[in-house]
Amino acid sequence: MNKSVVICGFKRSPMHYANKGALAKVRPDDLAAEVVKALVSSTGVKPEDIEDLIMGCAFPEAEQGFNIARLVVNHADLPISIAGATVNRFCGSSMTAIHMAVGAINAGAGEVFICAGVESMSRIPMGGFNPMPNPELFKKYPQAYIGMGETAENLAKKYDISRAAQEEFAVSSHHKAAAAAASGKFADELVAIGDVKEDGTIRADSSVEKLATLKPAFLVDGSVTAATSSPLTDGSAAVLVCSEDYAKKHKLPMLARIRSIAVAGCAAEIMGIGPVPATKKALERAKLKVSDIDIWELNEAFAAQGLSVLKELGVDVKKVNLDGGAIALGHPLGTSGARITGKAASLLHREKKKYALATMCIGGGQGVATVLEKI
Amino acid sequence: MSANSIKKVAVIGSGVMGSGIAAQVANAGFPVVLLDIKLPDKDLAKMAVEKMLAADPAPFMKKSNVKLITTGNLEDDLDKLADVDWIIEVVLEDIKVKYATYEKLQKHRKTGSIVTSNTSTIPLHKLIEGQSEAFQKDFMITHFFNPPRYMRLLELVVGEKTRKDAVAIIREICDVKLGKGVVECYDTPGFIANRLGVFWLTAGVNEAVNLGVSVEVADAVMSKPVGIPKTGVFGLIDLVGIDLMPKLSNSLLSTLPQDDAYRAEFIDHKFVHDMIAAGYTGRKGKGGFYRLDPNSKSKDKQALQITATKFEESHYRKSEKAKPAAAEQKGLRAVVTSEDDAGKYAWAVLKKTLYYAASLVGEIAENIFDIDEGMKLGYNWKKGPFAMIDDLGPAWFAAKLKEEGLSIPKILSDVGAGTFYKVEDGVIKYFGLDGKYHDVKRPDGVLLLSDIKLKSKPLLKNASASVWDIGDGVLCFEHTSKMNTFDEQIFELLVKAQKTIEGSGGQYKALVIYNEGSHFSAGANLGLAIFMINIAMWPQVEEFVATGQRVFMGLKYAPFPVVSAPSGMALGGGCEILLAADAIQAHAETYCGLVEVGVGLIPAWGGCKEMILRLQEREREKFAKDLGKIGAKNMWFSPPTTPMGATRGAFEVIGTATVAKSAFEAQDIGYMRYSDGITMNRDRLLFDAKQRALELAENYQPKEKIMDIRLSGAGGKTALDLAVSDLQKSGKATPYDGVVSDHLAYILSGGSKDLTEPVSEDDLLKLELSEFMKLLHNDGTLARIEHMLEKGKPLRN
Repeated sequence: MNKSVVICGFKRSPMHYANKGALAKVRPDDLAAEVVKALVSSTGVKPEDIEDLIMGCAFPEAEQGFNIARLVVNHADLPISIAGATVNRFCGSSMTAIHMAVGAINAGAGEVFICAGVESMSRIPMGGFNPMPNPELFKKYPQAYIGMGETAENLAKKYDISRAAQEEFAVSSHHKAAAAAASGKFADELVAIGDVKEDGTIRADSSVEKLATLKPAFLVDGSVTAATSSPLTDGSAAVLVCSEDYAKKHKLPMLARIRSIAVAGCAAEIMGIGPVPATKKALERAKLKVSDIDIWELNEAFAAQGLSVLKELGVDVKKVNLDGGAIALGHPLGTSGARITGKAASLLHREKKKYALATMCIGGGQGVATVLEKI
Repeated sequence: MSANSIKKVAVIGSGVMGSGIAAQVANAGFPVVLLDIKLPDKDLAKMAVEKMLAADPAPFMKKSNVKLITTGNLEDDLDKLADVDWIIEVVLEDIKVKYATYEKLQKHRKTGSIVTSNTSTIPLHKLIEGQSEAFQKDFMITHFFNPPRYMRLLELVVGEKTRKDAVAIIREICDVKLGKGVVECYDTPGFIANRLGVFWLTAGVNEAVNLGVSVEVADAVMSKPVGIPKTGVFGLIDLVGIDLMPKLSNSLLSTLPQDDAYRAEFIDHKFVHDMIAAGYTGRKGKGGFYRLDPNSKSKDKQALQITATKFEESHYRKSEKAKPAAAEQKGLRAVVTSEDDAGKYAWAVLKKTLYYAASLVGEIAENIFDIDEGMKLGYNWKKGPFAMIDDLGPAWFAAKLKEEGLSIPKILSDVGAGTFYKVEDGVIKYFGLDGKYHDVKRPDGVLLLSDIKLKSKPLLKNASASVWDIGDGVLCFEHTSKMNTFDEQIFELLVKAQKTIEGSGGQYKALVIYNEGSHFSAGANLGLAIFMINIAMWPQVEEFVATGQRVFMGLKYAPFPVVSAPSGMALGGGCEILLAADAIQAHAETYCGLVEVGVGLIPAWGGCKEMILRLQEREREKFAKDLGKIGAKNMWFSPPTTPMGATRGAFEVIGTATVAKSAFEAQDIGYMRYSDGITMNRDRLLFDAKQRALELAENYQPKEKIMDIRLSGAGGKTALDLAVSDLQKSGKATPYDGVVSDHLAYILSGGSKDLTEPVSEDDLLKLELSEFMKLLHNDGTLARIEHMLEKGKPLRN
C-alpha cells in the first residue's frame, strides 16, 4: 500500500433476533443512522472532512433500498457534501466497504470514510421480496443458488466435523460473549437504539446437553442445527476509516492499521471455506504467516463452517473470537464485515497484540479477509 | 339504552370458563378487562390468557384478539371497572365468594352497568339476597357452556326486579355479537340443559349397570341412532371429566325439590369414586370409560367393564366396535322397541329422561320449545325431548308409561293424540301449558332455510341441489349432495339458477349460496373422480373440471350479485365457490381452505387464479394506504404490485393446504376480503347474506374479466423450486410434495409468460386445467386420493 490506512473508531447497535427481537420494529435506515451518528460524535471526526459513506447491505431493497448509504447521510444530519454508496457482497458487504475506502485513500480519492453495514432481517427477508433466480443458470450451475445450511452440511462432511464438536464450538461462542457482556467489554462499541441497550442474542445458559436435543435444521440426516448456525439478526455497525496522516494530524483515536486486504472465490457448495483462500492471499500480501496472527475474528456463519476454516488453516482456536462470534452475537448479513473488522481492530488495541485478521465466508462461494496491525 | 351502549366488558374470574368467556367477548370485538384474585407470586389472569394462546381448540378466533384483553387483579385494578358497561362474574361457586366479589363490584362499577353471573348452581334469588335495589335491577344470570367459543347455548335467568332494558341488551349482545342461542330459563337448579342432561347421563350409567350393557353398546345406541352426538353417555362423561359428575350431582341434590325424580335416580357409584381417586378422570386424566392402551405401542382403544361394583385397572379390555341391532333401526320408536339389550337400554334411559322432561315444563322454563332448544344447543342433541316424544308418538309414549305403571305428566295427557309440534301455514307451532298451540317466533334477523322449506317448494331441484326463493328477489342455492360435494348435477343446477335469475325480468336479482348442513362443502366428489379415473374416462374428467371453471366464472361475471355464505368446513371446491362470489358472508366458525395438494392436486376451479387476484388486490390496497400515509397520490419509484408478492403468498397458502380456523383467520390468510362479512350467530347467517346480496344488487355493475395480471415468470418459479427443494432436504416436504409444488409453482408464476407479458384470467384457468390433468396421470396423486377416501386423512408420499 502506498498510503497507510487506519481504523479510528468502531460502533455497533445491540444485536437482536429477527422477528421476535427488540429491534424488529426498527427500520434499518433508522438503525444505521443512529450508529453512524454515534461513530461520528465518539471519534470527534470533523463531519465536513468525510468523503463518502459506504454502506454494506446484502438485500438492499424496501426499507433498506434506494441508496440507503446516501439516505443515512441525510438521516444522520451529516453535511450534504458527504457522498454515499451502497455495496453488496452479501455477508462480506461491509468489509468490502472498508476495502473500498482503502482503495480510494490509496488512489488519492479522499482521506476520511465511514464504512458501515446494516441489515434488518426482520423487515427484509433473506432472498429479498422478489427472488427470481435465472432458470438457465440454475440448470447449468444450481450451486449458484444453494441454501446456506446445506453448504455447512457439505463442509461438516468434507472436514469431518462432528455434531458434538459443532455444539461445543457454539456453546463456547455464547459463553465467551456472555462473559464479555458481563464484564462490560461491549460497553465501548454499543450504541443504544431507543431503550435497547444490550445484545439480545447471547445465551449465557447454553449447554451442549440442551443443544444435543435439537433436530437438524437443513438436512433430515444432517448435523447442523439452529443452535450451531448464526441466527437471523437485526443490527448495524460502522467503522471510521482514515489515512494515517489525517488521523495523526487531527489526533483521532487510532485502533489499528490496515496491513492488507483480499477477496477470493471458491466453490459455491462449500462457500463456507471462502475465508481460507482469502486469508492466504491477504497473509501473503502482508508477508505474514498464520502463526503470526495473534487475534482472529472469524465470522461464525455456522459452527461447522468456522471449524472447517480453522482446521484447514491450522489456527489455534484460543486466538479466535475472544468476545464470542456470530453464533452468539448474530449475523445481520451486511453488518457483519464492519462488526468483525472493527472488533478485530479494537481487540488488537485492547489486548495489546501485534497482528489481527478478520475474515468471513460469503454465499455463492467467496471469502474476504483483512489483516490489521498495531499502530 | 340499546346493545350498542355496551362498549366495554369485564370478566371477573379467570378460570377455564372465565377466560374462555373473555376470549369470546374479545372475538366479538369488545375490549375486555379480565380480573382475578391477587396472589403474591403469580398473576392469575395474565397466566390464564397466555394459556389460552396455546389451547386447542383455540378460544380465540384469531390470535391478535388477545390484545383486546387487559388483565389485572381484584385488589389493584378495580378502577379498570369504572368505564365498563357489562360485568360478567365467573368466580368460584361459593356464595360467600360471590358476595365478597359483588361488594367490590358495587364500590367500583359504573352506575347502571349490567352485572351477570355465570353461576350454574346458585339460584338467582340467593345471589341477590341482601344486595342493594340498584344491584338487583342491574343483575341477571348468563350461563355459558364450556368451551364458550364453541358451545352455542346461553341460558338466561332474569330476576323479578331485573330491568327489562338490561335484559333486552344482554339478550341481543349474547345472540348477535357472541353468537349464542339464548334460552330463557326459570330460576331453578341446573336451569334447563344440565337439569335434564345430568339426569340423562345418570340414568345412562345406572341402566348400563342394571342391564349389564357394555359401555360400547350403550354408546353405540345412545348416540347417532337417537339423534345424540357420537360420544353417547360414557364418551361424553370422559370428555367433560368424570370428576365433574359428583360435583354436579352434589350441587343438584343440595338444591332440588325434595320430591324431584333425580333424587330417586341418583346412585353414588363406588366405582366412580375409585376411578377419580386413581386418576381416571376421563380424557384429561389417565383415561376414563375409554382409554388408549398404555401397554401397547399401537395405543389400541380400550373400554372399561363397568358391571363390577368396583374399579380395577384390569377391567380394561380391547374396545370392540359395537353394532347392536337397535342401532341399525330407522326411527326412534324402532330403536327403543328393538328386542336386543341395546334397545332395552335405549328405552330405559330415554323413557326416564323424556318422562322427567315432560314433568318439568312450567317448572324450569315457560314452554317445551325452550326446553328443546336448551338440549339442542347445550348438548348438541338433534332434537329436544319433546320433538323426540313426537317421533315416538305422544299417545304411544303415554300408553307405554301407563303399561309400566307410571303416572302421566299433565302436558303429555293434555296433548293426547296430538303432537307437541305442528306446522300450520308454514309456521312451526308448539303445544303450550295452556293446551293451545303457539307460534315459534324467530328473533329479528334470523332467517332459516329450514323454516322456508316448511312453507314453500324449491324453485329448482335435482338430486344434488335445490334452489329456494328466500324473498325480496333473492334465490338461495342449497347443496343437498353427500357432504355437500360438487358433481355435475350441482353445476347443472347452478347454471339453471343463473339462467332463472337472468330470465326473470328483474323478479330475481341476487343469488346466495348457502346450506344448513354442519359443513358448507367438502369440495369435489373424490369418490366419483377416482371412479372415472379408474376406467380412464380422461376426457370426461377434463370436461368436468372445465365445466366447473365455466360455471364458477359464470357466477363471477353474472349480471347479478352472488354471495357465498359458508359455515363449518368449506374445502377445496367448497372454498373455490366462495372465491368466485362477489362477496362472502361467513359464519365466524367457518373453516375454509384450498386443500387440494393434500390429494396430490391443485385448485382448478379458479382457486389459484383467485388467490393471485386477491393477494395482488391486497398489495394494491396496502400500496395505496402507504402512499396515503405519506400524503402522496403517486410516486415514480414503484408499481403497486410486486412480481413475487402474490405468487409467493398464494404458493404458501395453497402449497401447504392452509385451512383457516375461523372466518377471521380466513381474512388474514386472504381467502376472505376484509370487506367480507362475518356473522357470529349461525342462525343469522342467511339473513345477513341476503341483506348483503340486496345491498350489492342496488345498481349492480357486472365485473369485467381481468386481462392484465403481471406475474414473475420463470425466475419466480425457480425461486419457488429452490424453496421446496430446501424443505425436502430438511424433511419438511415429501418427495411427492415436490412434484405437486412444481405444477403449482408453474401456474402461480404465470406459466411460460415472461415477467413483461400480461396474463389473463383465462390464461390462468387454462394453466390450472392443464396442470391438474397432468397431476391426475401420476400414481402419486392417485395414491393420495385413494388414501384420503379410505383413511380420511392425507397420505404423505
